[in-house]
Amino acid sequence: MFQNILILIKKEFLLEWRAKHAATGILIYVISTIFVCYLSFRGMIDLPSWNALFWIIMLFAAVNAVAKSFVQESRGLQLFYYTFLHPQEVILSKIIYNIFFLMIISFISLLFYILFLGNMIQNLPMFLLGMLAGSAGFSAVLTLVSAIASKTTNSSALMAILSFPVLLPLLMTVIRFSKNAMDGLAWSVNYPNLIIIVAIDVMIIALAYMLFPYLWRE
Amino acid sequence: MKHWWKILAALLIYYSIIAGLLMDVPRLAILNETIRNIFFHVPMWFTMFALLIVSIIYSIKYLSGFSLQHDMIASESAKTAMIFGICGLLTGMLWAKFTWGAFWVNDTKLNGSAATMLVYAAYFLLRASVEDEQKRAKLSAVYSIFAFALMVVFIMVLPRLTDSLHPGSGGNPAFSAYDLDDNMKLVFYPAVIGWILFGTWIFALKLRIRKAQLNSL
Repeated sequence: MFQNILILIKKEFLLEWRAKHAATGILIYVISTIFVCYLSFRGMIDLPSWNALFWIIMLFAAVNAVAKSFVQESRGLQLFYYTFLHPQEVILSKIIYNIFFLMIISFISLLFYILFLGNMIQNLPMFLLGMLAGSAGFSAVLTLVSAIASKTTNSSALMAILSFPVLLPLLMTVIRFSKNAMDGLAWSVNYPNLIIIVAIDVMIIALAYMLFPYLWRE
Repeated sequence: MKHWWKILAALLIYYSIIAGLLMDVPRLAILNETIRNIFFHVPMWFTMFALLIVSIIYSIKYLSGFSLQHDMIASESAKTAMIFGICGLLTGMLWAKFTWGAFWVNDTKLNGSAATMLVYAAYFLLRASVEDEQKRAKLSAVYSIFAFALMVVFIMVLPRLTDSLHPGSGGNPAFSAYDLDDNMKLVFYPAVIGWILFGTWIFALKLRIRKAQLNSL
């Protein structure tokens, strides 16, 4: 089982590396958005807005990035998977791959964000930890929602509509955690937020693991 | 006679309206007479919850048996639950205007309830986008289970961890003071039971209408 998951993750990375369609597309999208925000705010932005804006950009970038997860697979490939693999392997591999993908995208966008809008982060390791936990949660939710939406007719609009309400608790907690990290507050104050984020992540991944097999039988 | 519970529902609601508006209530700062809204606002949410639990149970049942009957029950109860949720939001907004001065404040429980409304709106949009019955039932069952689990976290867990204006979480000390003196309990519990029965009545009617529509195809 773990062998198969590793092989699938490697396959996703290989496909991405060869074509780089998705990665460059999302990066250009994020950089353009950051530039537009920079011009709109004229570089003057206060700390809470900096944080909130960063996470809103991340939210939209994540929805776009993960949307193509299931939509892209051809019928023949899907039949191949169905014959040889357990559904749990497929969903876990996609979630893990998307976590890495989102983490890389968010790190690069953080660099550009700091370049344009200034660096207000006081506790960088904590902020990066929040980014990792947030990416994990986004990835899990969006991968499952992508699996649901890929089977409908209006999939791109539905992706956003289905995922936003479900992402709200995660987003709020992550924004709170990041803001505390930016303010440089101590671990003892902030770690409850991290526990909540990790708990939500674990719950979402468990739910996706249990529910995906029902979507699998096409 | 098999409609006894519907008559009971109507009687309980009439009782709660009349007694709720006429009986003596404890005097509390800020709230004053608006505390009577507790007989309307809270039962709306309890009813919505009860119907959503029905919806979730039948979504899970659908995934174990793939019977379209279960899917129909799940979706009709979700529709009825949404109506009660909207009523809960409206009564809450009215109450907020009189006590806190604004129709909406930035509070976790309020945000949670708004997010729940959005989730179920998305659920109905999902159902509308799929033609095939079995596929629609499967997709909506998976989504509603997924979303329900997260909404439970959002509405039950997060508010307890933060302080807020809304009673029942860290901040407001007034909640335990008016946490139902005996007189209010006499009206409150019947009101909750009455509204839940009433919600079930509406749900049963909608279910029968839906079945009749499908049979006449």
